[in-house]
Amino acid sequence: MKVVFERPKSLQPTKTHYCPGCGHGVIHRLVAEVIDELGIQDKTIGVAPVGCAVLAYNYFDVDMQQAAHGRAPAVATGIKRALPDRVVFTYQGDGDLAAIGTAEIVHAAARGENITVIFVNNAIYGMTGGQMAPTTLVGQRTETSPYGRDPQVAGYPIRVCEMLATLDGPSFLARAELTDVKNINKAKSYIKKAFEMQLAGKGFSLVEILSPCPTNWGMKPIDAVEWVKKEMVKVFPPGVFKEPKEG
Amino acid sequence: MEKVLMKGNEALAEAAIRAGCKCFFGYPITPQSELPAYLAREMPKRGGVFLQAESEVAAINMVYGAAGAGVRVMTSSSSPGISLKQEGISYLCGAELPCVIVNIMRGGPGLGDIQPAQSDYFQATRGGGHGDYRTIVLAPASVQELVDLVYDAFDLADKYRNPVLILGDGILGQMMEPVVFKERPAKELPPKTWATTGKMGRQKSNVINSLYLDPVKLEEHNRKLFKKYQEIEQKEARYEILNGDDAEYFVVAYGICARIAHAAVEMAREEGIKVGLIRPITLWPYPKKAFEEVLPRAKAFLTVELSCGQMVEDVKLSVEGRAPVYFYGRTGGMVPTAEEIFEEIKKMRGLS
Repeated sequence: MKVVFERPKSLQPTKTHYCPGCGHGVIHRLVAEVIDELGIQDKTIGVAPVGCAVLAYNYFDVDMQQAAHGRAPAVATGIKRALPDRVVFTYQGDGDLAAIGTAEIVHAAARGENITVIFVNNAIYGMTGGQMAPTTLVGQRTETSPYGRDPQVAGYPIRVCEMLATLDGPSFLARAELTDVKNINKAKSYIKKAFEMQLAGKGFSLVEILSPCPTNWGMKPIDAVEWVKKEMVKVFPPGVFKEPKEG
Repeated sequence: MEKVLMKGNEALAEAAIRAGCKCFFGYPITPQSELPAYLAREMPKRGGVFLQAESEVAAINMVYGAAGAGVRVMTSSSSPGISLKQEGISYLCGAELPCVIVNIMRGGPGLGDIQPAQSDYFQATRGGGHGDYRTIVLAPASVQELVDLVYDAFDLADKYRNPVLILGDGILGQMMEPVVFKERPAKELPPKTWATTGKMGRQKSNVINSLYLDPVKLEEHNRKLFKKYQEIEQKEARYEILNGDDAEYFVVAYGICARIAHAAVEMAREEGIKVGLIRPITLWPYPKKAFEEVLPRAKAFLTVELSCGQMVEDVKLSVEGRAPVYFYGRTGGMVPTAEEIFEEIKKMRGLS
């Protein structure tokens, strides 16, 4: 029989702990497919965050380091500077990257650190049970914004791609939505581009992926995808924010 | 071997390069600034990496990444900066990563001042961050010893897969002394088969991690770490006893304080007081053996520190009530004179 679909080599043959309808599983697969397609499994080192993806080191079949909360870009910097001919990526959520790890991500980007960052934005803290994140939308209800995020009290969501696009260091910054086949393919093409930037020595690359969290949003998986499409993209417009000039 | 005159901070940096340190990550803070400046100048010329991080927190996590990638790596700071590094040190210990961390101590708490102090003793010897762990702590008393201990620090870190702290003070970092960089044959050390270098043909992927969600597994891990710490306690404690052969009284001091205390001991000897000096070289593991050695004839101990009294607790734990233990300390960046300590030695003799 002809195999038409199989597990990427760069994923471990194991079940994940992710909830039904969560985007992490799909994003793991996209990253692993890209690593396979680029033939870099043997020289890739990943950095897992603190958050829902903390166990990513059990799922990717590449060498992995688990970092302290928010510190993945600093850890990745240490790896890349020690072994500049390897491929290094971080996999981070919104609390990890855009709250506690803001200094690390901004400065890794400013240095043009030659690493790739996969940034999963689901507008909430998942692992700790659904608290307000730096990317939580105005009005969005969470465990710690039970009346909806009130800008008078809790300010406004951070747009990471737009913020980093003001810097000279990044080579590639893009945001995709994990909503339908077309957009999932687009996310994959961004991820591939980001890794290609690193392989070409162009410096810091980041792909932000708007991803559903039905469990902590209190929605059915299908409604969660709809919410990404209808609400999240209004605040976080998908697209390419920085790429090398042609020629 | 050529003798050169060097500042402590610069000599430490040079020794690190010679010991095979491949990467340095740090953040500016007084009074250790000459160290990163030296490495910023020398590392690029000699095939190493120097990177100024955006914070102490980032610097120690860069150390984590590079250590996990299998290279010799160092960071340096001074007291407030070392406090910021504690999260990372806890992770380094949990994940069993070798590295060297330099603390050129200054006065505290808080922002304190930039004068020499030894008030980070508790932080250094009791772990410092969260969780059950220890770091090896080396306390040199001269620029030459500082240099020699840098090589040992890297070897010990690799041997035990554990961070090693070099605990200096503002005086040691700033003072100039003649120093010889001895050629040292490379130690035989275990290969870093655990390092995350990319699989590079390896069957199984390597993981650097300190998370054990199953408490049964975490207890196993902690017990394994403690077995390692017990081995270090048995094998690696170091000390020096000066003027000790016929001594009845002992001053206990480390680092720069031991230098001043030794001058005081010499003064007391001239007046016929039979006093010696115990100088711990490792602060963890604490050299309890030094006390066993002298306890049969010791009438009293005087601990002298640049703090309100921290190491004195380890002296008491080592003496276990078998002789009186007195304390004299200056703090906040103040340093005692030999005369001051001499007066305290006389008081000790009068009391015991």
